[in-house]
Amino acid sequence: MPHDHADDAPPHSLLSPEPALRVRALETLLTRKGLIDPAALDEIIETYAHKVGPRNGAAVVARAWADPEFRRRLLEDATAAVAEMGFTGRQGEHVVAVENTAEQHNMVVCTLCSCYPWPLLGIPPGWYKSDAYRARAVREPRKVLAEFGVTLPEGQRVRVWDSTAEVRYLVLPMRPVGTDGLDESALAALVSRDAMIGTALVEAPR
Amino acid sequence: MTEPVFEAPWHAQAFALAVSLEARGAFTWPEWTRIFGGVLAEHGLSRELDGGDDYFNAWVAALERICAEKGIAGAEDLRALRDAWEAAYLSTPHGAPVRIG
Repeated sequence: MPHDHADDAPPHSLLSPEPALRVRALETLLTRKGLIDPAALDEIIETYAHKVGPRNGAAVVARAWADPEFRRRLLEDATAAVAEMGFTGRQGEHVVAVENTAEQHNMVVCTLCSCYPWPLLGIPPGWYKSDAYRARAVREPRKVLAEFGVTLPEGQRVRVWDSTAEVRYLVLPMRPVGTDGLDESALAALVSRDAMIGTALVEAPR
Repeated sequence: MTEPVFEAPWHAQAFALAVSLEARGAFTWPEWTRIFGGVLAEHGLSRELDGGDDYFNAWVAALERICAEKGIAGAEDLRALRDAWEAAYLSTPHGAPVRIG
């Protein structure tokens, strides 16, 4: 392994990349103006890095599978239904749940930027934010799905939903066969983030 | 699902800045997505953007743009602070905390 900076270490601190300097500048100026509080920034980062994530969405999906009455409420008014479970907050103000069926598979994208139901899924993964996915999900959804390893039966149509700042979609995947004996927490463990975006299916445990 | 939520500290900082400003009412989220989406489209004209550094580069540019539009942070002030931070990094001994005056 080639030696790293032991002998030829720079005398100064490692220089930040250009955008990091610009972020520093924004943070400094906005702090001085009293428009932001560095402690609040740290709390936001902590929340989205460690606390809010797709486990929330998986709990919602599992409940919808286990409780037909909850499923009905979720499909009717997802924002209210997930609020019952305590999942509220920014970027979750208007959530719509779209249910996969044998006739229709649903898949979510944000063609403008990266709108996503944060309280249920956390921050979107890199691929969801990439130009490649944002441009191609609408144009050639089956091809994109194939790249995720998902091949749908020919008779099942694909519907792509474009999330916005106003409406964010959550896919309610199909419950896999052979999971009748599982309770909600065991069901939730089967549900991946991608399944709730529509780029994966949920499979029964082997 | 083991990939980190934020690949670099500045991604996280930039993310939190926008969320925090919106929470304080500096702008609305629909306003943010309109500007951010516009920057993504501009940056994406020359090449296909990835969802990491490219995405957050656009995020930072959108922050600068919306702050200028709202009159809460001017380009000149930001430029001066950016230069001050760069100078501080260059003059601070390795391992010491980097600060500006």
